[in-house]
Amino acid sequence: MKVKDLLKNISFKLITGENLDKEIGGVYTGDLLSWVMSHAKKDDAWMTVQTHLNIVAVAKLLDLACIIIVENAEIESETVEKANSENITLIQTHYNSFEIMKSMLVKDD
Amino acid sequence: MNDVRFEFEVYSEDYVQGGSVSSDIKKYLHQIGINQKLIRKIVICSYEAEMNIIIHSLGGNLILEIKQDLILLISSDKGPGIKDITLALTAGYSTAGSKAREMGFGAGMGLPNMKKNSDLFEITSCPNGTNIKMSYYI
Repeated sequence: MKVKDLLKNISFKLITGENLDKEIGGVYTGDLLSWVMSHAKKDDAWMTVQTHLNIVAVAKLLDLACIIIVENAEIESETVEKANSENITLIQTHYNSFEIMKSMLVKDD
Repeated sequence: MNDVRFEFEVYSEDYVQGGSVSSDIKKYLHQIGINQKLIRKIVICSYEAEMNIIIHSLGGNLILEIKQDLILLISSDKGPGIKDITLALTAGYSTAGSKAREMGFGAGMGLPNMKKNSDLFEITSCPNGTNIKMSYYI
């Protein structure tokens, strides 16, 4: 599944990012940054309610496919700016992590 | 290759730049052809060290040294130091304040992550500062 495939669902809103052909290798969900740093893998789609700008650094350092801000958590403007400048794909949705995984599994047939 | 040494300044409470030193380190290690697995380990450590300086200290620096068969990552800050290192090395123990916790830090995983992801982990601390030396065999 590619990042752009996620965006076919209108509930996923693209906030920043241009590299939409990137393949999603896996998914990771978590809000504790140290935990995410040591467990998320390259090319994962990372689901979180954290929205401050340090999530961009984590995504960049781990080469994540994208960050999905779940449950419509409000994204700070500094985070959007930083994600834009670092070319990190930021997606927002009203879904929670479980609903996203469910939708990904169903669509991955 | 001759030994190479880089020094990066990290400022207290500079959350905006948090991760940028680690990003530079990652880019450089990639350029000189270090394997991805080792880069990941070093970057996890440098990120934790960088954020620790930002969250807990009065400022400090990170030093990256590339030697023939060894990479060293040294974090040193200006204090206030760690009161109980054994406790600080316990997974889940944290002294991070509410601001840092709101941002998803303060899980008590920083030092344990550094120890786990380095081949050799040495730490000393006093009220004047904390020094951490992490070694990685190439």
